[in-house]
Amino acid sequence: MTASVLVHREAVAAIPTLAPRAWRDHVAAALGGGARAVALYGRPVAAADAAAASPGDDVVVTAVLQDAGGALATARTVVAAAHGYHTLTRDFPQLHVLERELHEQHGVRIADHPWLKPVRHAGRAAIPMAAYPYYDVTGKEVHAVAVGPIHAGVIEPGSFRFHCVGERVVHLEIQLGYQHRGVEARLLAADPRRLAPLVETIAGDTSVAHAWAYAAALEALLGHAPDDGVERVRACLLELERVGMHLAGLSGISADIGFVPGASTYGRLRTAAINASMAITGSRFGRGAIRPGGVVARFDERGAAALRATIDRLRRDQAEIDACLRTARTVRHRLGGVGVVPTSLARQLGLVGFAARASGVALDDRAACRGAYAARPIDPHVEPAGDCLARTSLRIAELDASTRWLAAVEAPPAVAPPPRSTVDGPLAASLLVVTLVEGWRGEVVHCLETDAAGGLVHYKVQDPSLRNWMGLALAVREVDISDFPMCNKSFDLSYCGSDL
Amino acid sequence: MTLIDALRVRRSQGRQYIADPLTAMPQGFRGRPRLAAGACGDGCDACVTACPTAAVTPAPLALDLGRCTLCGLCAEACPDGRIGFTAEPRMAATTPAGLIVRPGDAATPVPEDGALARLFGRSLRLRQVSAGGCNACELELNAAANVNFDVQRYGVEWVASPRHADGLVVTGPLTRAMAAATRLAWDAMPAPRVLVAVGACAISGGLYAGSDALDRALLDDVTPTLYVPGCPPHPLTFVVALLELLGRARP
Repeated sequence: MTASVLVHREAVAAIPTLAPRAWRDHVAAALGGGARAVALYGRPVAAADAAAASPGDDVVVTAVLQDAGGALATARTVVAAAHGYHTLTRDFPQLHVLERELHEQHGVRIADHPWLKPVRHAGRAAIPMAAYPYYDVTGKEVHAVAVGPIHAGVIEPGSFRFHCVGERVVHLEIQLGYQHRGVEARLLAADPRRLAPLVETIAGDTSVAHAWAYAAALEALLGHAPDDGVERVRACLLELERVGMHLAGLSGISADIGFVPGASTYGRLRTAAINASMAITGSRFGRGAIRPGGVVARFDERGAAALRATIDRLRRDQAEIDACLRTARTVRHRLGGVGVVPTSLARQLGLVGFAARASGVALDDRAACRGAYAARPIDPHVEPAGDCLARTSLRIAELDASTRWLAAVEAPPAVAPPPRSTVDGPLAASLLVVTLVEGWRGEVVHCLETDAAGGLVHYKVQDPSLRNWMGLALAVREVDISDFPMCNKSFDLSYCGSDL
Repeated sequence: MTLIDALRVRRSQGRQYIADPLTAMPQGFRGRPRLAAGACGDGCDACVTACPTAAVTPAPLALDLGRCTLCGLCAEACPDGRIGFTAEPRMAATTPAGLIVRPGDAATPVPEDGALARLFGRSLRLRQVSAGGCNACELELNAAANVNFDVQRYGVEWVASPRHADGLVVTGPLTRAMAAATRLAWDAMPAPRVLVAVGACAISGGLYAGSDALDRALLDDVTPTLYVPGCPPHPLTFVVALLELLGRARP
């Protein structure tokens, strides 16, 4: 069967491995030809790389690209960190944060990168947070506003530095890294088969998407294909996660613009959605269910009927509040035309997820997948305007699509926990697996690579937030600073997912 | 939106609040673990190896809620079925020792603190700081103030400034990058004040215990008044613990 999520597997020996300059040309040609960068990351040179490495080379750089048809391809080079390569960001700004991360994590010199700043200040030299090199805007009328790292609400920390003329934002710089917990190091420190609880905390609001990306990758390494029932339960949980978080986001943005009925009603509807997750998994965040090799879930015919009934009620009540939000002039006036990311900019920046779709970029990893979505595919919904209103309306439309899908879901014949014999088997040797799962915020990317002995040599995690923060920074230019909270909420990005 | 539309929303909303959080039981929640008495098989350590946070200790069997992520892996691994999870959300304690679950233990209420009850029993303002929290604890703490759990009805409220707060609620394993800011928030808070550690990460480091990206010195210097375990804790775990601590649970 075709998987419900994108799984790309490639023997390490088959990955095109080029000299740095040729690799750069190859990536540039692909991006110039309409491909997009899914990931670009480094790892230390290992014994198996000896053939491709010249003396002094110490970092293997891998680019994961997706062509316009949705197919994934990889290309690799081995560089000496001190020598590095000439930046691609000037021609392809979508790589800016990926190259910055590569520089920070592995010290790779990225010559001529226009904005080579720490992503999370946690590189080799763990620089103090206070030493962040903020861009400075000077001028008689310009003043700076510093916000954070602790914000006013019960939310994660990050620092925002606004440069304003009067109330108008000229430039916003977002300094992240406060949430850095050392996730990637932890992922390599334990048995790769038992990482599910850790993976579920990469971004707690995206527990299911990350867990699925991890489980699908491990299954590819174990040579195990999950059956239809397992995939269906996973898809159910992924859509419930999307429903819960889109409702949370709508509640939040309603609160930010003083639309009180929305704040309370979307909030209580979220309770119904996440309690439905809890009925299936024991956790309101869908935790503890998705494991390599299977799922641990209560999802029989009665459970499915209860879920459908919950979703039916939710859809009925949501329609009322949606109508209020859509037609309230105050809402349209507040959200419309504010925080605009035009389509061209969204493409340039490599935005992903609903933020990209709200800017007219039809990018949804579920579109290419079948499996659990085969009978009833969820097609990408796209809004062209790219403003706060578009991001809000899009989430309402995606809620509708997901609840429609959930309202017709049937219980699988049987759901058994992963058999130990499957999970304890050896991992395929010298294999690179890349998995893409369309979480509620955007694509979650996990890249796992094994060595000749089947040991995990690298685990790269990429949360959609990493790609989207710059979208927020540029969206608020020329916007009143008082509109920032609403713009921020309209993107609804994760700090810890970005900081890892 | 017309007035009729708004009224329709109001009608379908009905009453959403949980009438009595002290007796509410979240159906289906994988909450407080229950350990069965008896002997384990010779040298069996299946639960210990299954646990991702070293929360389980064998012979005699015990489980530290301060580390437990409620993942359920130990229960699955135990060949004798000695470990199970109940829907019980009451798990908080005022000391680390109070977080240890032994065979036969049932939930015990958080002991009322007379002084805190007098000071804050009718009004408690809390400032939340996430220091590496993954947004699960943060979402659940936000949920404590939504229309369902409605903790404001007891006079408990989230505030924006530590200057306005009677307590600091920390989530996350306390990252090194947040150490200075978290300390600043605590120092800015006028006494009398309380520190509340929420979630396995804050209490013990949880899944990140031992990571070199952490700086947990604040918790060496300041002893939390309340530990609220879970990964994340259910809003009821948090709400009930506060009510019990503040003497609002008395009949």
